[in-house]
Amino acid sequence: MSSKRKETDLTWQDIDIGCVITSPGNAAQYKTGDWRSERAVWNKDRCIKCGICSIYCPEGCVNQDSEGYFEADLYYCKGCGICARECWTQAIEMVPEE
Amino acid sequence: MESFAIYVPRLLPRKDFFAPGHRACIGCAEALAVRLVAKALGREVIISNATGCMEIVSSPFPTTSWRVPWIHTLFENAAAVGSGIEAALKILNKKGVRTKMPKVVAMGGDGATSDIGLQALSGAWERGHDLLYVCFDNEAYMNTGIQRSSATPFGASTTTSPAGKLSIGQTRWKKNMPAIAAAHDIPYVATACPSYPFDLIDKVNKAVATAGPAYLHVLSPCPTGWRYPPDLSIRMGRLAVETGVFPIYEVENGKYKLNFDFPQLRPVRDYLAQQGRFRHLPEEEIERIQEGVNREYEKLKKKLEA
Amino acid sequence: MGMVGMEGSLALAEAVRLADADVIAAYPITPQTHIVERLAEMVANGELNAEYIPVESEHSAMSACLGSSAAGARTFTATAGQGLELMHEVLYIAPSLRLPVVMAVANRALSAPLSVWGDHSDAMAVRDCGWIQMFAENGQQAFDLTLCAFRIGEHPDVLFPVMVHLDGFHLSHVVEPLVLLEQSDVDRFLPKYSHPFALDPDRPVTMGAFALPNVYTEAKQAQDTALKSAKSVILQAWQEFSEISGRHYHPVEHYRTEDAQVLLLTMGSFSETAMVAIDEMREEGKKVGLIRLRLWRPFPFQEVRQAVESAEVLVVLDRCLSYAGPPGPVCSEIKAALYSQQKRPKVVGFIGGLGGRDISVQEFAQMIAKGVDIAGRGGEEETEIIGVRG
Repeated sequence: MSSKRKETDLTWQDIDIGCVITSPGNAAQYKTGDWRSERAVWNKDRCIKCGICSIYCPEGCVNQDSEGYFEADLYYCKGCGICARECWTQAIEMVPEE
Repeated sequence: MESFAIYVPRLLPRKDFFAPGHRACIGCAEALAVRLVAKALGREVIISNATGCMEIVSSPFPTTSWRVPWIHTLFENAAAVGSGIEAALKILNKKGVRTKMPKVVAMGGDGATSDIGLQALSGAWERGHDLLYVCFDNEAYMNTGIQRSSATPFGASTTTSPAGKLSIGQTRWKKNMPAIAAAHDIPYVATACPSYPFDLIDKVNKAVATAGPAYLHVLSPCPTGWRYPPDLSIRMGRLAVETGVFPIYEVENGKYKLNFDFPQLRPVRDYLAQQGRFRHLPEEEIERIQEGVNREYEKLKKKLEA
Repeated sequence: MGMVGMEGSLALAEAVRLADADVIAAYPITPQTHIVERLAEMVANGELNAEYIPVESEHSAMSACLGSSAAGARTFTATAGQGLELMHEVLYIAPSLRLPVVMAVANRALSAPLSVWGDHSDAMAVRDCGWIQMFAENGQQAFDLTLCAFRIGEHPDVLFPVMVHLDGFHLSHVVEPLVLLEQSDVDRFLPKYSHPFALDPDRPVTMGAFALPNVYTEAKQAQDTALKSAKSVILQAWQEFSEISGRHYHPVEHYRTEDAQVLLLTMGSFSETAMVAIDEMREEGKKVGLIRLRLWRPFPFQEVRQAVESAEVLVVLDRCLSYAGPPGPVCSEIKAALYSQQKRPKVVGFIGGLGGRDISVQEFAQMIAKGVDIAGRGGEEETEIIGVRG
């Protein structure tokens, strides 16, 4: 069964037995980033690359870039603001989405 | 956890076994707790999950946030299903059909654990299954819309224990699940909170290494049900610990150990004032809660000496 | 193998042993207790290499079975009456997640008042849960059908749980002459169990996701179609079983039905008493016969319609009473199955044997005579409970 198809397209023959899901972590296709009204933005001058933001993100969408600074994957970022609140050096700002 | 806390995030395993794309509320500390527990558990695990917030947000067919084998059946039987999986793994290994013993982990919310699932959990403990049970405690039946459970703290307003003209909200003290676990004489019991992530991960590792039943009780602040702005979830957990409302401790083979103690506990009102679910409380109830917290903390301290 | 005298429960336990079950979830309840006790003894003495989980309730018994089957282990449990009711919500999960489990149900009456004695009210309360269900009429069948249950339920084209119903006390506690099977024969008949999606870190799956209204219907259609398709595997398994045992089972069993104008339908242990009544009536020249439902789910529509097409009257005995509704569940289902048929007998239902009460050979003969009488008058009369005083 293709996990990329929306559930409204699935016929009863498409469904695997017992509705088992065989693609681990395929929830990652769902864009929770659409939920937010503000997003987390890092100030690289203040970021000390400690990684506490990435630990505290409930989505687990804060990752390091090639230089080691942290940034949120905006596909998932719900804009909760935990990272901004917890950052030791207040390097993260919550910026409203339009 | 050692008495000094080393915050080295980069020493933590990178991989997440709880994928983003889950439908948890914005700022949900329970989702964070599950993510950290899953990270600590790693790959060699089989999870039996009870119905609840985490089960619902992680498994809307045909998608799943789980990158490990995972089964959900009903609300009150995570421990019983886990017992069955554990027994199966044992016998299949004995018969040479399987060659590995992944850790079996059961997960449930506070309702699933201390109310409807208490029987199955007690049974699993008594039988001594090699099973880790993690309770993610957001202190109410949150997934169904914030109804009280036996884990709801005194004075909290929920939809089935609402504050009103004749009521101060929940009128019973929070059921002490870790004490019930310890009363079963299981080898490892601990409380934890995602606000203290290294302690939580350490305890998951310890529980996994325990041969036999282990119980982790994880306080999971809930912005939706406790009514506070989502960015304060970590702060809320810290306040629960610093005020003594939720002490962080371990019971290893019956021996109690307080992981975080403070020269002076913060006044409970610092914690209550931050949450809408306590907003209605008059001064005398806040004092009653302070007395209760002090009493329970003293009880816990006595167990340390025993 | 030679014939032995053995209690029904103990014979059933032998079947579980021969099947080399992996996990047994056990909770005691009269009258199935001898089954789980015998299995405990077998494990304690090394006769059966299995994990024995003494669970703390039937709800947990079936829940543990779900976990065990999902992990790829051959799983067995037994229950009766109130126990079957307590695990009611869990019953639905096994077939909808396609997890094979074999369960023996020592049919027992439901409270209140409390009754440990046999009737079919426990079985009839779980008609719709999605399990494959079959009825044994004697100790031999309790043994045979249990072995067949593992073979059928675990088949890769089936993957459904199976209930073997046997009358509480009348079959579970009665010593009968029967024949077991050699281990080598069972090994030929019963392949090893493996679930295509067994929980395993090397191939992580998610079982038990929740379904929005836009997909739940499709899940149920898939489940229903699969359960209906299981019938062909059931027939094949019974064919193969006859080759190792000499005993061939059918969805509907016939006794002296060739030229019968009047048929009686029974299920369970009453069938053998009914056979004696049929013999006596045949001696008197009456053209009567007996049909017995062996396969309850998937319901054998074709075989039932075929069995009754030449009869004028069909008398159905239910061992369960459905209050203030169409009184006999089996009778209701038979009527529903025959409704669309151009040619069908008049169906007259009776209720009897509730809470362990016996029905004698004479009472069966009287029942058939009454049934014919009622049919002659149109067939729509208050359903009688056989033997009720007052």
